[in-house]
Amino acid sequence: MRSLSLLPLLMLVAGSALAQSPTYGLGRTPTAEEIRAWDISISPAGDELPPGRGTPEEGALVYQRKRCGTCHGPEGEGGRADRLVKRESGSAADPWAWGRVLPIRAPYATVVWDYINRGMPLNREGTLTADEVYALTAYLLYINDVIAEDQVLDAESLPQIEMPNRETWAELPDWKPGMPRLQGYPY
Amino acid sequence: MGSTRPGRRGFLKGGAALAGGLTMGAVEPALGQTLGSGPLGYIKGTDELIAYGERSRFVTSVRIQHPPGGRPSPDGFGLVFHVATPLQDSVGVITPSSLHFVGTTRGSFMPDIDPQEHRLMIHGMVDRPLTFTMEDLKRLPSVTRTHFIECAGNSSRSDRRTAQETHGMTSCAEWTGVPLSVLLEEAGVQDGAPWIVCEGTEEVKGSSSIPMAKAMEDCLVAYGMNGEDLRAQQGFPLRLMVPGFEGIFHTKYLRRIKVVDRYYMTYNDYGHLTQDPDAAALGYQIGPKSVITYPSGGQELPGRGFYEISGLAWSGGGAIRRVEVSTDGGQSWSDAEIKGTADRMAHARFGFSWNWNGQATELQSRCTDELGQVQPSRAQVAEFFEVPLGPSFRVPGRDNSIQPWRVASDGSVHNAIA
Ligand code: HEC
Repeated sequence: MRSLSLLPLLMLVAGSALAQSPTYGLGRTPTAEEIRAWDISISPAGDELPPGRGTPEEGALVYQRKRCGTCHGPEGEGGRADRLVKRESGSAADPWAWGRVLPIRAPYATVVWDYINRGMPLNREGTLTADEVYALTAYLLYINDVIAEDQVLDAESLPQIEMPNRETWAELPDWKPGMPRLQGYPY
Repeated sequence: MGSTRPGRRGFLKGGAALAGGLTMGAVEPALGQTLGSGPLGYIKGTDELIAYGERSRFVTSVRIQHPPGGRPSPDGFGLVFHVATPLQDSVGVITPSSLHFVGTTRGSFMPDIDPQEHRLMIHGMVDRPLTFTMEDLKRLPSVTRTHFIECAGNSSRSDRRTAQETHGMTSCAEWTGVPLSVLLEEAGVQDGAPWIVCEGTEEVKGSSSIPMAKAMEDCLVAYGMNGEDLRAQQGFPLRLMVPGFEGIFHTKYLRRIKVVDRYYMTYNDYGHLTQDPDAAALGYQIGPKSVITYPSGGQELPGRGFYEISGLAWSGGGAIRRVEVSTDGGQSWSDAEIKGTADRMAHARFGFSWNWNGQATELQSRCTDELGQVQPSRAQVAEFFEVPLGPSFRVPGRDNSIQPWRVASDGSVHNAIA
């Protein structure tokens, strides 16, 4: 098993000498490390999630330490920036009425992780560790009643969270060349 | 007919262009117009003017923040938000690079990228992950195409006064780069990969999911714009062109393309999230759309007589096939002339000969694209979806409705959206 898992790495290292596209002979093969460093868009299946872990309780502390509250309010509301807790108006039967609040509206918990990881804190993007992002995600999902207080989030558990909007959003139509915007719509 | 100006003579000879409503007798001689007198100034050459020219000081058309009254650009921190193109002053189809609209996912500092250091990585479900330098990309076979880009927020409202305020978040440029299909074929796309994720270099690494069918059809990895390198505001040194799709897909500062097995709902995709399948479908490919740029809101007609009504038409569905103009508030429509060739997913310039009788009226334009999609009025869209047409009515998805301009009897022009 061990030697098998090394195989792709070895191939990459060997490949980087050849390193070129077949028709034009340009470009080079990126190393596994280079790919890992840039591979930050997270699939709903969680493929790209890095190692790490965090709980809601740890997340509450990170939220304070990283001063998320200065923009979003001490408990996710009442700040200058977007609220991070759902509105009263929603219900399990009508999750959209909870408002456009990422940690409740996102159909996949990976979207919340991805957003915080690349986008927050504003003006200090890219400064959070993986553990901190897991913890903050756990905290925001907890204050929105999506997960329990003692749930540990990691690369395994995060993609399995059932977000209330998992099935309720409209997928894009399967785009084909020459396709009108919407079948049966003349405009 | 005392005028001896050659332009005027040509105009009278070219009477065919006036067919339809305009009689010769209606053309009044341009009395009282004399050649300018007074001392003629001159422009002294400077090193800057020789190195990289500039327009006449009498040409003052500029971009403005969008929406009017919204977040200023730049703000106190040097962040750039949305800025709109002065369409009311535009001629032809190309937007000068300096006047091209700018959109950012949220206010962003523009990354100051050294092209020597820039890389484009293609990986994921491919046989050969590849990293290209800018030099590599410029060695590959290139294409040059004219395409518009339009921001999702480009929507007219009753409180917007000028064509810049109503429609200035679209622009059209000549783009040069490598077809994305060439790069994907070099990398060798594996079976079962229906999407790609494209990602930028700026602080949030803005990213979008794009259907593989679109990527292979006509997407462009562009380094050139209007005959020179991209501007930093347009993604220097590399941006993705996704012709006809909403602006946000045109990933700036492009550094990574990942071939993937599903829709990722990544950073920029989240903004498209909706419950409504119609809004989702109408939310990414731009519909047939046009606007009269002259005469348009805020302009003044000096008096009755001849005018060439001029405007722009475009569609995410392909080339513009037909433009019609109404000078009576939409009661009757006549074909306008499309100037030159209408390129696919590009602005097309149209003109329409009009003799204004000096009475208040309303001007409108509507276009039809190569798919047969027709630009609707707001009333037609409301009727289709069976919802009331009030001031709060919003066209679902990207708003491509007809823009009416009211010409008052004093020659002033106003937005006629109620
Ligand atoms: C300097 C102010 C500021 C700080 C500090 C900040 N944020 Fe934000 N946050 C914003 C703004 C502004 C937005 C909206 C950005 C946009 O619309 O593009 C936002 C958006 C978000 C969103 C998405 C909201 C939604 O529903 O769309 C989340 C989640 C979030 N922030 C979490 C955090 C976390 C966690 C921290 C601390 C690590 C943090 N933010 C720190 C200003 C801030």
